[in-house]
Amino acid sequence: MISEQTKALFDREVAKYPASQKQSAVMACLQIVQQERGFVSAESEKLVAEYLGMAPIAVHEVTTFYNMYNQQPVGKYKLNVCTNLPCQLRDGAKALQHLEHKLGVAMGETTKDGMFTLQQSECLGACADSPVMLVNDIHMCSFMSNEKLDQLIDGLKSAEA
Amino acid sequence: QFAATGVQTCFHGRHINPQILANLDGSNWHLGDYESRGGYQALRKILGQDGGAGLTPDQVIAEVKAGGLRGRGGAGFPTGLKWSFMPRQFPGQKYLVCNSDEGEPGTCKDRDIMQYNPHSVIEGMAIAAYAMGISVGYNYIHGEIFATYQRFEAALDEARAAGLLGDNILGSSFNFQLHAAHGFGAYICGEETGLLESLEGKKGQPRFKPPFPASFGLYGKPTTINNTETFAAVPWIIRNGGAAYLECGKPNNGGTKIYSVSGDVELPGNYEVPMGTPFAKLLELAGGVRKGRTLKAVIPGGSSSPVLPASIMMECTMDYDSIAKAGSMLGSGAVIVMDDSRCMVESLKRLSYFYMHESCGQCTPCREGTGWLWRVVDRIHNGLGRQSDLDLLNSVADNIQGRTICALGDAAAMPVRAMIKHYRHEFEAMIPKNTSQLA
Ligand SMILES: NC(=O)C1=CN([C@@H]2O[C@H](COP(=O)(O)OP(=O)(O)OC[C@H]3O[C@@H](n4cnc5c(N)ncnc54)[C@H](O)[C@@H]3O)[C@@H](O)[C@H]2O)C=CC1
Ligand SMILES: Cc1cc2nc3c(=O)[nH]c(=O)nc-3n(C[C@H](O)[C@H](O)[C@H](O)COP(=O)(O)O)c2cc1C
Ligand code: SF4
Ligand code: FES
Repeated sequence: MISEQTKALFDREVAKYPASQKQSAVMACLQIVQQERGFVSAESEKLVAEYLGMAPIAVHEVTTFYNMYNQQPVGKYKLNVCTNLPCQLRDGAKALQHLEHKLGVAMGETTKDGMFTLQQSECLGACADSPVMLVNDIHMCSFMSNEKLDQLIDGLKSAEA
Repeated sequence: QFAATGVQTCFHGRHINPQILANLDGSNWHLGDYESRGGYQALRKILGQDGGAGLTPDQVIAEVKAGGLRGRGGAGFPTGLKWSFMPRQFPGQKYLVCNSDEGEPGTCKDRDIMQYNPHSVIEGMAIAAYAMGISVGYNYIHGEIFATYQRFEAALDEARAAGLLGDNILGSSFNFQLHAAHGFGAYICGEETGLLESLEGKKGQPRFKPPFPASFGLYGKPTTINNTETFAAVPWIIRNGGAAYLECGKPNNGGTKIYSVSGDVELPGNYEVPMGTPFAKLLELAGGVRKGRTLKAVIPGGSSSPVLPASIMMECTMDYDSIAKAGSMLGSGAVIVMDDSRCMVESLKRLSYFYMHESCGQCTPCREGTGWLWRVVDRIHNGLGRQSDLDLLNSVADNIQGRTICALGDAAAMPVRAMIKHYRHEFEAMIPKNTSQLA
């Protein structure tokens, strides 16, 4: 089921495109679904497909092509650390290692308590602020020294406790 | 909790004659602020809403041509010329698209433009739409900078409410609807035809060119695509005239350019300086090489551009022609600085991984070749390289370059060849001496 609230968000996106081109809103609709439900399930894909008049497989192609869609559930906080070259030159890879250590998981994994998923990512478009990390697809955290990473993780953990 | 911290990459006052990033402080992005900096005067001028006679579409294009503005997305294609390709009398819908999918490693300028001066892009797009007789436009924004997408939408709302977008703009007969769209993590959608596919709600796999978007673009209709910075430059040109714009750069390279300086410098950030500024000056603005070390190499135009050793780079000026003459490209203006402690094999390994990861998989040379390049560089880096590997890398790169649908293939191949050309000894030093040629 799609809630009325979600429908309103979908409609806002659909309205940007010609009436015959509703499919153009698929990227945005999937992003909205992901914000709400944490990931894009096959069922969500079907709902979006129906809403936009697309074949479910066409929606699935989009989910799988773009890196930021979660095809499986992720932790409450998805942490994406950029390790591309410009960031690597300014401790991007070290930030990732530090988090692996601190959270006790390897890149790509989720902590046992389901709080954090740690991923490496390609250029986030914030190279001069390295080390940079994107949290839950939306919050860009800049200049993440080890101390700042510790602060952030500890803060999130204690807010949860 | 996640308050963006210390993002001050463009508020440092170390620009030279800035046109786009002038007088910004992070909070003055609103419509009123933009207007107090002279914003929307250019739009009023062309529409004849400033008491003058207005400009015809041809006059607008002529002004942009006279300014020598070249596409800031990387290829440096003359913007006025591109605009003149749009079929003027086309009976159906035409589209205008802004390419804000900034994903070229090292590049972070479009984000600052849209975050801190979004109306410059809106006004530039409105002027372009007027010049080409286009009534609908989209700005496609990199998915990773979602906050910037939200900022841009807020700016669009301001412009609509003030009658600067929509029907009968400023009381004239000019209509232009502008919307924001976003990507979601695919570098290839920065390639203009990949972007169009994505905007149509599909996988972002590039199309064959030609036909260029000017004849077959969004939904198959004539479309003009320009980079964010290209559009943001337009209001200044119309306000001050093409001649003044050309004047502040150098011949064939008009205006200012924003360079994203990253890597081993003291003060990484965005620097807006006139075209033709010496590289040495730009390095100085960015605080010089970090920790007093020595400059080793520079990747002058984003990760796809060939690396240049310090000695060559220090002789260059920052403009399309000088960098091309030195054997590289100005590209997106992302200047990646490396000091003398950097291992080139490791650097190339990371770049090769990126291209492998981002290849869209349509063309065999790119899909297979990028993975092959990465595997070979990886084994060299792990001390398992073979004597024949450098020739192999060059041959794989040769077989990708020029044989693919889009330029990602070239972008993967060129850095490999340049790294081996300039730093062959570093690769050789990592390869065990006694491996058989046949291994
Ligand atoms: N800003 C960024 O994040 C990135 C930028 N790049 C840059 O992109 C560049 C390659 O881009 P491409 O679009 O493949 O370059 P291109 O040379 O094919 O095209 C440049 C522009 O001119 C137009 N154009 C060229 N010839 C035309 C003709 N005969 N008729 C009509 N229009 C024509 C194209 O449509 C396009 O908009 C590279 O130089 C690289 O530096 C690459 C990766 C990322
Ligand atoms: C792999 C690849 C990625 C690209 N990424 C971008 C990008 O992120 N932003 C951009 O403006 N142009 C990018 N381009 C260049 C565009 O295809 C196109 O040339 C540009 O948007 C045209 O705008 P301009 O004339 O204003 O430069 C990319 C090209 C390739 C081959
Ligand atoms: S060159 Fe690579 S990225 Fe470009 S279309 Fe071919 S496979 Fe896709
Ligand atoms: S390289 Fe890390 S944000 Fe661009």
